[in-house]
Formats: sequence, C-alpha cells, structure tokens
Amino acid sequence: MTPLEILAIGILFAGLGFFVAGTVGMLRFPDVFSRLHALTKADNLGLALIALGTALLTADTSVTLKLMLIWFFVVLASATSGHLIARHALRSGQGS
Amino acid sequence: MLLWLVFDLVLIGAIVWLAWAALAARDGFEMIVLFMVLGLFVALAWVRLQAPDVALAEAAVGSGITGALLLKTWRHRRGRAAGDAAADARPSRALGFGVMGLVTVLTGMLAAVLVLIPRPAPSLAETVFANLAVSGVDNPVTAVLLNFRAYDTLLEVVVLFAVVVVVWLLGDAEADRRAPRLGSIFFGFARLVLPVMVLIAGYLLWLGGFAPGGAFQAGAVLGAVGIVLLLGRLYTPTAADRLPARLVFGLGTVGFAGAGLATLALGNAFLGYPPEAAKTWILVIEAMLTVSIAATLAGLFFGAAPSGRPTRESDR
Amino acid sequence: MSEVLLLLMVVLLLTLLGGLVRVVRGPSEADRMLAAQLLGTTTVALLMLMSVAMAMPRLLDIALVFAILAAIAVVCFVATGEVRDHDAT
Repeated sequence: MTPLEILAIGILFAGLGFFVAGTVGMLRFPDVFSRLHALTKADNLGLALIALGTALLTADTSVTLKLMLIWFFVVLASATSGHLIARHALRSGQGS
Repeated sequence: MLLWLVFDLVLIGAIVWLAWAALAARDGFEMIVLFMVLGLFVALAWVRLQAPDVALAEAAVGSGITGALLLKTWRHRRGRAAGDAAADARPSRALGFGVMGLVTVLTGMLAAVLVLIPRPAPSLAETVFANLAVSGVDNPVTAVLLNFRAYDTLLEVVVLFAVVVVVWLLGDAEADRRAPRLGSIFFGFARLVLPVMVLIAGYLLWLGGFAPGGAFQAGAVLGAVGIVLLLGRLYTPTAADRLPARLVFGLGTVGFAGAGLATLALGNAFLGYPPEAAKTWILVIEAMLTVSIAATLAGLFFGAAPSGRPTRESDR
Repeated sequence: MSEVLLLLMVVLLLTLLGGLVRVVRGPSEADRMLAAQLLGTTTVALLMLMSVAMAMPRLLDIALVFAILAAIAVVCFVATGEVRDHDAT
C-alpha cells in the first residue's frame, strides 16, 4: 500500500467511527433533540471523511468534484431536515 | 471474496426482514418509513447485481417521490378518519386471505419459471449489443427502452397518464388546509437546492444516452422539484392551471405516440427511427417524457384538480 | 486494500441495520423520520465506498440523486403534519 492509500484508509476509518457513534447515539440518547444532535455528526463529519477518503483513493478530479457536491447537498439536506424535525417535535409535543 | 459474501448476505437478510417488518407493522407511519428505508437497501442490492440503471431509478423514485406520496396519502386518510370510522377500518379477513393466496400462486409460478428455465437462459442481450450501433445511443438499457422495445415504454407512459386522470377525477382538493408553514430555513434550502435539482434532472436526461440515466429518473427528480414547490407553498395551483397541467400530462403519451405515427409516415415500423437520426429522435422523445412525467408526479402528489381561485395577496 | 474497503462497507452496513432499530422502536414519528434521514446518509457513504470497491464511478450519480432528494421525505413529513394549535411562524 502506498502512503496515500494508508492515509485514505485512516480517514475512511475515522469517518466510519462517526457513523458508528452517530448510530449508537441515535439508539441510546433519551429524546428526539439529543438523537438529532448525534446523527448530524455522522451526516456532516462522517460523510465528509468518507468522501475525502474516497477522493484520495480514486485521485480523479471529476470524481472529487462530484464527491464534494454530494457531501454539500447531504449537509444542506441534513441541516434543513434536522431543523424541521426538531421544530415539528417541539410544536407537536413529541420531544420527550 | 468472503467479505463480499458477508456483505451480500447481510444485505439480502435486511431486505427480507424489512419487507416483512413493513408488512407486519401495526402503525401506518412506521410502515411507511420502513418502506422508504427498504428502498435504500433495494437500491444497494441493484448495485450489487450490476444494475446501476435500476438502482438509479430506485434512488430517484423510491427515496423522494414514493415516500412523499405515501406520507401525504396517510395523513390525508387519517384526517378523514377522524369523522369517518369506515375510512379507518381494516380490510376484511377474507380479503386478506384472498390476496395472500394470489401472492402465493404468483410466487410459486415465478419459482417454477426460475427452476424450469433452460440453461443457459434464453437471452436477447447479444442481439441488443449487436444492434447497439444503430440504436442511436450507447447505453444498452436506453437502447432497449427507447428504441428496440419503445412500445413497452409507451404503454408505461400511458399507465402513468391513466393514473393521473383517475386521481384528478376522484381527488378532493379541499384538504390539508391546516398544514404548518415551513419557515425561513426551509426557504433558504429551497432557493439553493431547487435550481440544482432542475440541473441534475437535465444531467440525468443527457446521461441516459451513454450511462445509467434517462427520462424516468430525470422526470422523478424534476417531479420532486414540483413537490417541494407545492409543500412549501412556493407555488399554489389554481383553477386556471388545470388546462396547462392537463396538456403537459398528455404530452408524454401524445408526443411518444405521435413520434410513432411519424415513423410510420416515413415508411418505417412503428417507433422505428431512421438510424442516422435515432439519437435526435430519442432525445426529443425523452425530453418530452421527462417534462410530462415530472408534471404527472407533481399532479399526483397534489392529488386533485386544483380548484382554488388565484389570489394576489402575498401570504408571507 | 480492497479487503479493508470491504471491511469498512460491512461495518457501515451493520450500522445501517442498527439504525433500523430506531425506525421500529420510534417511539415518536419524529424519531422514525430522523432515523430514516441517517440511514439515507449512510447509504450515500456506502455508495461512495462501493464506487471504489466495485470500480464503478457511475455509482456516484446514484449517490448524487440520493443526496439531492434527501430532504424531500422530511419536508413532506413536516409540511403535511398537523401541528396542534399555533402555526404562526
């Protein structure tokens, strides 16, 4: 394995860590709001690290751009839906 | 290779379990979310089966449109059920067993076909690849859908058209008046994402010529734009929109069938495009289909012929 | 190399299964919805890894479609949901 590949694998494992932590948090945390807090970490940083690792492994400009685009829209969607879910839970009294 | 086997087995197990869980769920909302999640796993399974075209269709239709349609239908029914006990009644036991019997027979027939089919299985794949050069496109799936078996696709478009006609006939526009406003964060999101969704629909349409993509996927993404516009009340259809909407609903069927008649007039077979211009024919038909499918899906989501009067007062 | 990628994918798939528990348990509708949101993101991550492991860069188009449509279900969930009394923003 080249040093670059080792770096990429390390980054991918870090990303995986965020997904595992996000899932565990979503299962263990007591209410909607703290569960949202857990899963946004996976959505943002977890996917960013996976995308970065994938970009390093493919080393292709167009693939890298597409990965950045995917990450950007997932983050946008996750932030928006996180806000909407929290607002809905707050207003309909499903928070706890 | 062992890990691939583990991956595939987990995936298969998850799909079977999810299908069962979605059927067995007592709560309608849980059922819908499980079904949406099933779509994710099924998309992954199509990828593993080397069928990225189908996976893309599952992603475009399954993740966005289906979930939105199911959720809206469920809410609509529940809103009704408050004053109407019959709407919430479970289907009778006899009906349940009848459906189960039918499904069992169908599954048995499928299994029989799978067992009895001669090996190697008869396949038209070689014929498709041998004739790919004259199809006008490089993606064999698009070649089959829009050229070699275009009349199948035409009939699928007719089915979609029939569905929207029935829904608009039977639908009730006086629903969902209590829906909450979505707030400024949503509007910021919509302003950024909706134009890009239109762009990606165009990208998928163009992609269909040489890679997984095409009119149905593009139409689903474009239809999702319409759904977000409706949900955010960024666009409120009025009675004046009925005629243009109906024209666009029909565009797919009429345009596709018209292309077939045009090829007959040229002395070819029905939907047998002149090979040297096949790419243009396919692209024009697919563009019409994309717009028509998108409008049809958004029209289905709206659920009825719009009856509201146009209002000039801005309500924000 | 590809073995390590596969290991990552298998673990990611298992977290996907773990997330299902929240979909089934709920208890509230918002819980099920947010679980579906996380599962969608995890699927996007899986597609990224599969595009490398299966050498199919076109899989990123599927991930792109998932990404761009990721919020539709939640928007629909909230926009059609009944809010008890006040819905003034």
